[in-house]
Amino acid sequence: MAHGVRRDSPKVPDFSLLKRLARDQLIYLLEQLPGKKDLFIEADLMSPLDRIANVSTLKQHEVDKLYKVENKPIISASDQLCFLIRPRIQTVKWICDVVNADKAIGKFRRYKIIFTPQKFYACEAVMEEQGIFGDVTTDEWAFYLLPLDDDIISLELPEFFRDNFLAGDQRWVRTAGSALHLLHSLYGPFSKIYGIGRCSKMTYESWRKQVEEGEQRPRQAEIGSVFLIDRDVDFVTPLCSQVVYEGLVDDIFKIKCGCVEFGPDVTSSDKSIKVMLNSQDKVFSEIRNEHFSNVFGFLSQKARNLQTAYDKRQGMDIQQIKVFVSEELKGLKQEHRLLSLHIGASESIMKKKTKQDFQELLKTEHCLLEGFEIRESISFIEEHINRQVSTIESLKLLCLLSVTENGLLPKDYRSLKAQFLQSYGVDHLLTFSNLRQLGLLVEQQPGETLTVMESKVGKLVNDKTAGKLTDAFSSLAKKSNFRALSRKLNLVPKSDEEYDLRVPRDMAYIFSGAYVPLSCKLIEQVLERDGWTGLEEISRLLNGHEFAVIGSSGVDSKQENDADRIILVMFLGGCTFSEISALRFLGKEKGCKFIVVTTAITNSSRLLEALMDTPV
Amino acid sequence: MAFITANWNPLGDAFYRKTELYEMCWNIRDELKDSLVATAPYGGPIALLREPHRRSPSSRPQLEIYSASGVAIASFPWKSGPVVHLGWSVSDELLCVQEDGTVLIYDVFGSFKRHFSMGQEVVQSQVLEAKVFHSPYGTGIAIVTGSSRFTFATNIEDLKLRRLPEVPGLQGKPSSWVVLTQDRQTKVLLSIGPELYVLDNTSCIAVCPPGLSQAGSIVHMSVSFSYKYLAVFTDTGHLWTGSSNLQEKLSEFKTNQTAAPKQMVWCRRPKSQQPSVVLMWERLLLVVGVCNDTIQFPIEEQSVLVGELDGARIISSTHQELLQEVPLVCQDIFKIASMAPGALLLEAHREYEKSSQKADEYLREIKEQNVLGDAVRQCVEAAGHEYDPDTQKALMRAASFGKCFLTDFSPSHFVMTCRELRVLNAVRDSSVGMPLTHTQFKQITLQVLIDRLVYRQFYPLAIEICRYLKIPDYQGVSRVLKHWASCKVQQKDLSDEAIARVVCHKVGDSPGVSYSHIAAKAYECGRTELAIKLLDFEARSGEQVPLLLKMKRSQLALSKAVESGDTDLVYTVVTYLKNEMNRGDFFMTLRNQPVALSLYRQFCKLQEQDTLKDLYNQDDDHQELANFHIRSSYREQRLEGRLSRLQSAVDEYNKAKNDFAAKATEEEMRLLRFQRKMDDEKGAGLLGLSLQATMEALMSLGLHKQAEQLYKDFRVPDKRYWWLKLKSMAEKEEWEELEKFSKSKKSPIGYLAFVEVCMKNNNRYEAKKYVCKVTPEQKVKAHLAVGDLEGAADAAIERRSESEMGAVLSRCSASDRLLIDKLNRARVAATKK
Repeated sequence: MAHGVRRDSPKVPDFSLLKRLARDQLIYLLEQLPGKKDLFIEADLMSPLDRIANVSTLKQHEVDKLYKVENKPIISASDQLCFLIRPRIQTVKWICDVVNADKAIGKFRRYKIIFTPQKFYACEAVMEEQGIFGDVTTDEWAFYLLPLDDDIISLELPEFFRDNFLAGDQRWVRTAGSALHLLHSLYGPFSKIYGIGRCSKMTYESWRKQVEEGEQRPRQAEIGSVFLIDRDVDFVTPLCSQVVYEGLVDDIFKIKCGCVEFGPDVTSSDKSIKVMLNSQDKVFSEIRNEHFSNVFGFLSQKARNLQTAYDKRQGMDIQQIKVFVSEELKGLKQEHRLLSLHIGASESIMKKKTKQDFQELLKTEHCLLEGFEIRESISFIEEHINRQVSTIESLKLLCLLSVTENGLLPKDYRSLKAQFLQSYGVDHLLTFSNLRQLGLLVEQQPGETLTVMESKVGKLVNDKTAGKLTDAFSSLAKKSNFRALSRKLNLVPKSDEEYDLRVPRDMAYIFSGAYVPLSCKLIEQVLERDGWTGLEEISRLLNGHEFAVIGSSGVDSKQENDADRIILVMFLGGCTFSEISALRFLGKEKGCKFIVVTTAITNSSRLLEALMDTPV
Repeated sequence: MAFITANWNPLGDAFYRKTELYEMCWNIRDELKDSLVATAPYGGPIALLREPHRRSPSSRPQLEIYSASGVAIASFPWKSGPVVHLGWSVSDELLCVQEDGTVLIYDVFGSFKRHFSMGQEVVQSQVLEAKVFHSPYGTGIAIVTGSSRFTFATNIEDLKLRRLPEVPGLQGKPSSWVVLTQDRQTKVLLSIGPELYVLDNTSCIAVCPPGLSQAGSIVHMSVSFSYKYLAVFTDTGHLWTGSSNLQEKLSEFKTNQTAAPKQMVWCRRPKSQQPSVVLMWERLLLVVGVCNDTIQFPIEEQSVLVGELDGARIISSTHQELLQEVPLVCQDIFKIASMAPGALLLEAHREYEKSSQKADEYLREIKEQNVLGDAVRQCVEAAGHEYDPDTQKALMRAASFGKCFLTDFSPSHFVMTCRELRVLNAVRDSSVGMPLTHTQFKQITLQVLIDRLVYRQFYPLAIEICRYLKIPDYQGVSRVLKHWASCKVQQKDLSDEAIARVVCHKVGDSPGVSYSHIAAKAYECGRTELAIKLLDFEARSGEQVPLLLKMKRSQLALSKAVESGDTDLVYTVVTYLKNEMNRGDFFMTLRNQPVALSLYRQFCKLQEQDTLKDLYNQDDDHQELANFHIRSSYREQRLEGRLSRLQSAVDEYNKAKNDFAAKATEEEMRLLRFQRKMDDEKGAGLLGLSLQATMEALMSLGLHKQAEQLYKDFRVPDKRYWWLKLKSMAEKEEWEELEKFSKSKKSPIGYLAFVEVCMKNNNRYEAKKYVCKVTPEQKVKAHLAVGDLEGAADAAIERRSESEMGAVLSRCSASDRLLIDKLNRARVAATKK
């Protein structure tokens, strides 16, 4: 895999600083409420919190008991309650219920709500409406960024995607801007900022305003350029089944906050084991970016090496054994443990993925990407639906079909939807409505340039506002131009050549050589050209909103330093492990290092589940 | 220079001097006599109310405001009620206390700012006397009423009236009274005949100045600038001085004057050697030192005394003079035959200027005593205390000269004094008229000086000073510009356009100047259009929004909030609009702002479901309305409720011309009814299942007829139905039924499916039955599925398909030697062709 490396990878900035900052701030906030207190934590904040401050740290700062924030009466007896939550109206309402219940029985307690990463006015408005505004003190824990690994930083905001792209709710934009600002003030100044997408542009604007308002101390930059990209620029990539090890593990076992739980079928025992998946895991770090077909070979080689290392014991004298035990054995045992886990995981994946179904699924995906045998693909999807294989998979194929084909023929659109509803329930009417709004599953509209939305809007309001509206709804009216993009950017390599997955020649290896991820290709092209010149047609096909700005540090620092080769890529709306693998590959090729900042790690099922409106 | 001591008068062991500050620019003669006069310390402005007591309605008294140098600032006829007292606040506002207890506040340009009352009861009893006083808390006012009651407020900015207890035996006003600020408490000291009382919040206590031997009636009292010392004058002509807490006596002096002085003020300075009290009668000014030494000055004209921190100003209709104790350092330097280091240095420099070698002698003398540093310091310090620029220059030059012979002398004091003197000389200029001494300047600080210049609208000078003294912009220039702009927007004679342009040009993007602040000022003076123009220059949209809301430009506020990208701000505006507008307008406004609309919708989804519905209704967004009904159907527990919700959804879908969704929903309703019927009849537990799941459930319950009914009713595609039946029968292992079914007609899903499903249910025997029925293309797969490698190989060879042969080969193990050979041979043969 290490082919074509021109230079050593530059050293990555120390992002653990982010954790330390967050931890110190949290401790400070906890100390603001002196005395014993019970801490209620939002369910999806638990894992991120654990990465920042573990239970013993919390206990040291007088946290008595830990609970999950839920929609039910609480059982705590403490007279001080502290809530650590995301700024969600729903959660705030639950807390209001708690406080009002206490009031009703005349129980007096102190309440403190810590919003992270920031407080929203709407939350306070709810507290006011529920009449508890004066009873509760609030604070903000500016925990914007969680480093998941050396090169992955997550905002851990999965709702960013739905709120921003589906609901058009822009409240997280400022959060993203603040996150970027935090990175800028710690590791900047950035030399250049590129981006594409409406949300990226707004995030950039928000960040720029914050930079202007604050003061930047002159410092040695540790990050060179920044690339911002909206998830809706490329929906194709996250819809494809992942076949790189880390992505596969995420698709099958669901990696949560950098941690995966392997069930009994993997551990070959009766209990589950939680494993951190990052570069600290020596076995994992070597296979995470590999195409799955190579993983077994690698693991068996690794097993042999391990055996040899163990075998060294034979023929050692006492002294040597002593050294061996004290120095090597522990590492070997650790490696042994991890190796057996990953072998177990691979076996489990093999069982699931080498089956006929999966192969055919991949084949269909590849056909759709290439634009061949569309009718066969449609009947495959139909069969998939009829056999009720899996809701998400069926939906994923439908969307992939629509996105690559620029919409479905009216006849197919109706019949596939009808069959889907019969199979999985009529509730998915709302899912379809959402998918249509996002342009993920639409009907082809021959010869009609204005979408329904636009023409409707145009009739209602005057030109100026209509312009604005069109802008706002551009994502709704968005047309996928995948075919044209694929041709222009050469996203689908010619299929007649043999693709050796062991020695990948481009980023397409992450999809078995069938497709270069659009998002990563764009990044590559823009960095290569140092801007969007020559890509005008591409950006037009992507609905524009592209930009390239010289950063605050200016271009005066001509001398090459390591920072110039550190490139921050920020995905607004989430990115997949496959994309991260592709960028790692690209980094090695170009002698630079990509740092991925994302609002959350996503994959096809998370993406689609976020768009469902099924009854709870 | 020899005459510097000419105006020095010895008093005890100190000297007093009277320096002329200005020849007054005003043109008044006797007015000082019969006017109410208000003077302010620290060289503040002067206000005159001519003939306040003439109360004929035809002639209104004239109120005039002058700078300390007598430059007219404002003049206007007094139209309100009779005025008892005039005074200046610390921020150069004129306080006019009326008889009825109303206090009217004017700025230095005579524009009315606000008013307040000293209490309701005062309207009846009337104010007899009033005093304006300054304390660490700001400017205060004390009054005594016709009913002999005292009321005061310590800070007019934060008005809290305190009515003091009754004074026993007091009829009308006391013979004299002063306000004291002691131990963070404000008290009144008053005299009734020979008696002296201290009146505070709770009590009235009789006191006696220690050692006041002559018990005449106390007719005049005066407290020092710092409220530390008290002077008492009795009708026997005795002047008693002591501490204001009446613990200590300083001196007692008999003046031989029995008439009460017109004015009596303390004249002292910080580190005073010889404090004194200045008494003024019609024709006499008497300076009485605590050493009981005196100086007498004749007075030719009506004058007014103004007590200062470090002296007293004497203002007459023609001149203004400063009477002060000569600072020690000036005494040292200028006293005749002084041998102080500074004096020698000044002399040395004077000789040096004359190119005389005596300069060297003097210098030597200083250096021998090793006091050159002191000499320089003395000269610099003395320069600060001198009023005449030439004297200042001579001293500073001497200091500079001496400094040359010093190696490690910090120049900062010298430089600072130079700069400050330049600033002081500028503001002392008659056209500005702020006769500040260096000591006063240090006391009030530069910030306050700039504020006062700004109050007087000396903007260019203030900016010059800020730049000259290199004050950081946001404290200096920007602050002045802010005031300038706030004042500029009030100019009525200029068009909105012109003002906006001028303001933008001058202010530019100076740090710390907020356009929204200026705009707020413009709005206050009723210039909304100008305010909006100015707001456009405001870079931070967040700052624009609150004012726009205040100005009722809600649409603009909303779009600015959206522009800012700050959703909290958008939400603030939305909430505001929601409360301000009627619902229709509110929705209409939102409709033009998609960002705000989405935000509000998100909120409504969780908080106000009904509003959400109204929003969609308003927009005729039938699609979303239908979706809304669908969503709410989830929450309905009862089937009837659910059906009615779904029916509403169907109606809306029809209106939205989404017949697909309408039909799907209708079918859902039909299905629900069917499920309910089945549940009731058979207890099948179907309600809520999807069509497919329902059919599956029916089949597994053996209710094939009903399943088939659904198949027909809902036009389920054959393929789906076959899959269903196949799976269901295989799961129930109804193999015979399955075979019968497979033969019922040609399978729409092919027969490979049969093979696979049988295998899945572990029945190879049954699976094999269907292998032969599979289409040729799928033969290999079918054979492989049942594990028949040979069959698969034969099929593959027959079809001459290389890839299929490969697929078979990959399944072969080592034991299948023969088969492998056979395949390989066929493969070679196939490629040859």
